[in-house]
Amino acid sequence: MAQGDKAAAKPHAPKPAPTPAALARPNSGSTVSERCLGSESIVRSLEEVGVDTVFGIPGGAILPTYDPLMDSKKVRHILVRHEQGGGHAAAGYAHATGKVGVTMATSGPGATNLVTPIADANMDSIPLVAITGQVGAPLIGTDAFQEADIVGITLPITKHNFLVTNADDIPRTIAEAFHIAKSGRPGPVLVDIAKSAMQTETTFTWPQEINLAGYHPVTKPHSKQIREAARLLASAKRPVLYVGGGVIRSGASEQLRKLVDLSGAAVVTTLMARGALPDSHPQHLGMPGMHGSVPAVAGLQKADLIVALGARFDDRVTGKLDSFAPLATIVHADIDPAEIGKNRDVDVPIVGDLKEVIAELIPELAAEHEKNGKPDIEGWWNQINSWRETYPLGYSETNDGLLAPQHVLTRLSEISGPDSIYVAGVGQHQMWAAQFIKYERPNTWINSGGLGTMGFSIPAAMGAKVGQPDRTVWAIDGDGCFQMTNQELATCTINDIPIKVALINNSSLGMVRQWQTLFYNERYSNTDLHTGAGSRRVPDFVKLADAYGCVGIRVEHMSEVDEAIKRAEEINDVPVLIDFNVSRNSMVWPMVASGVSNDDIQYARGISPAWDRED
Amino acid sequence: MTRHTLSVLVENKPGVLTRIAGLFARRAFNIHSLAVGPTEVDELSRVTVVVDVDELPLEQVTKQLNKLINVIKIVELEPSSAVQRELMLVKVKADPSTRSGVIEVVQLFRAHVVDVVPDAVTIEAVGSPEKLAALLGALEPYGIREIVKSGTVAISRGARSMTDRALERSTRNN
Repeated sequence: MAQGDKAAAKPHAPKPAPTPAALARPNSGSTVSERCLGSESIVRSLEEVGVDTVFGIPGGAILPTYDPLMDSKKVRHILVRHEQGGGHAAAGYAHATGKVGVTMATSGPGATNLVTPIADANMDSIPLVAITGQVGAPLIGTDAFQEADIVGITLPITKHNFLVTNADDIPRTIAEAFHIAKSGRPGPVLVDIAKSAMQTETTFTWPQEINLAGYHPVTKPHSKQIREAARLLASAKRPVLYVGGGVIRSGASEQLRKLVDLSGAAVVTTLMARGALPDSHPQHLGMPGMHGSVPAVAGLQKADLIVALGARFDDRVTGKLDSFAPLATIVHADIDPAEIGKNRDVDVPIVGDLKEVIAELIPELAAEHEKNGKPDIEGWWNQINSWRETYPLGYSETNDGLLAPQHVLTRLSEISGPDSIYVAGVGQHQMWAAQFIKYERPNTWINSGGLGTMGFSIPAAMGAKVGQPDRTVWAIDGDGCFQMTNQELATCTINDIPIKVALINNSSLGMVRQWQTLFYNERYSNTDLHTGAGSRRVPDFVKLADAYGCVGIRVEHMSEVDEAIKRAEEINDVPVLIDFNVSRNSMVWPMVASGVSNDDIQYARGISPAWDRED
Repeated sequence: MTRHTLSVLVENKPGVLTRIAGLFARRAFNIHSLAVGPTEVDELSRVTVVVDVDELPLEQVTKQLNKLINVIKIVELEPSSAVQRELMLVKVKADPSTRSGVIEVVQLFRAHVVDVVPDAVTIEAVGSPEKLAALLGALEPYGIREIVKSGTVAISRGARSMTDRALERSTRNN
């Protein structure tokens, strides 16, 4: 078995991600030039660019590349069970390490199976490179076996993509692909390579510089705008820092912490930014948005200044856009100029890398304080603290004897702790995980935010564990999500990737069911999955775990929760799955219904905060 | 909604037109006309897009276009500071009794007859969209059989070149 070798080839503890500014500089690598096949040139290029892990599946059109890949001493290939799993694994790896995730697939169906993870990475700005085989160049356009125009298909969901038909173009194209994926606003890049190019003899030469005439991401912010932002932040009476995923991607958490302490402002972290500021920080109001905390939602609504840092005023955060934060002046900093002013008019636009933006904002703000003293925001904090006291995050116990999912996640957080990485799917379990787990570090919360991809959790957790082998990685999944991608547990077991799965099993498509409860007169159309307590349990998740070579544990009673989590924490040689049988009647609260103003947030069903109307 | 003319300098690579057209469609913008061709620099092509759109969405689509890796530069050409031209070929019914009338219209508009058969003439005309509309109006009574237009191309007035400036920027940044 090659398992011993694989274990030896495990990547070292990851280094901190370089800044986008450093990444924007041209690559410098080896200057060797050697004759080889196109397929070898692909593998050499991946080695040159520093790839240590590829998640993929071979097939006809990519076969030539898998031959030299077998001999690579630098690149570990992990054979996944479905290309979608490979794509999400690469995304989880990128999330957890800050490095570019790499996935490989064959032409046609192999490539089209990557569409979902590519679209997911595009929405969440994940640096990803997908290498796909294409039918031989002479066959392109003839409806050949396993031919699909994957460049055309992924045009709207990639940051950029390439079709390579000439073997000589391989090193330069791969160098450009990685440069584009990781610099500026990160995103997915697809490189489609014709089989004929893989089989042609070529010269491998690594490009010494990258020259993309139309690609110059701006990382350094404009100093005049920074001064204006500092002036506003130094004089606002009700300031809120609206922190988005850009702060995580930029690796700007440390700078953010300093800005938060200096400014005294309230802070909210979006779904993509959980962990950017420790949840334990006294100025942290929690997550804003559809299922945000009342203080976070109300804080934005009542703010007189919002400083948006790498956030994009997504509809799930703003609610009805017209009535979002009606009193606020907006400072919006983002590396992508197209985000600024896209949804909400902006008073002070700042284009730049968040790390540089915040680093420059701090001394300017300090200078303002020096000149005019610190602003008096005590009244604001009194108001916020009264919201916190009246509307803390909470939940009601279940009435059917089954577990409260919120309790499970609270205990998971307390037992496994803030050094673990938590990877969620999409739905109720994702929201509870975002609410009830306490995040203290960036890159410890991984989820599918923008696209909302069910099935993200298991493969992404696998990728995160490969990237961070020394950390505990918990996949928090729902019974619906889990059935979309659980085949990757086989990949985990075979390749010695011991993830842990907390299955929040409510026997239904829970979030859809919640909407049916609230908005469709409790008519539960097609949301019963028959997997939980009292059902036929098809499939039986404990048996399924066993079939995959994992340890499966079922938890039906409150008294068993802690023990099961502790047992899972102690198992590190194989993956573990805990089937938590939770109540299907538990709902995610608070909630701002879709298309409704954030002012109409419901703390629990039928309970809305009474706002102070003095504004 | 108002009409805007965008000049888009792009890398001369396969698929670039699809990327641009796809972006307009995806963001729900209606293209009024689109013309593409090579420039004085081999590696560059120039696309002229005419769109009907309000100011704010135009800013958004321009930013999105700028994010396309193959797009090098975008400028909006204001009618007052640019020359805009379109080529039109039009086939008009013309028998011996009406031919001289058609030819008189052609001469008045400084257009040309490029093909003649006993019952029709084909006219080539170059001009601003307004001039071509007026010419079509004058030819209407004779019976128009077929029209084909190139889409508007436009260039700024004065000595400066869009290509030069774009290339300078790109060299400076690298």
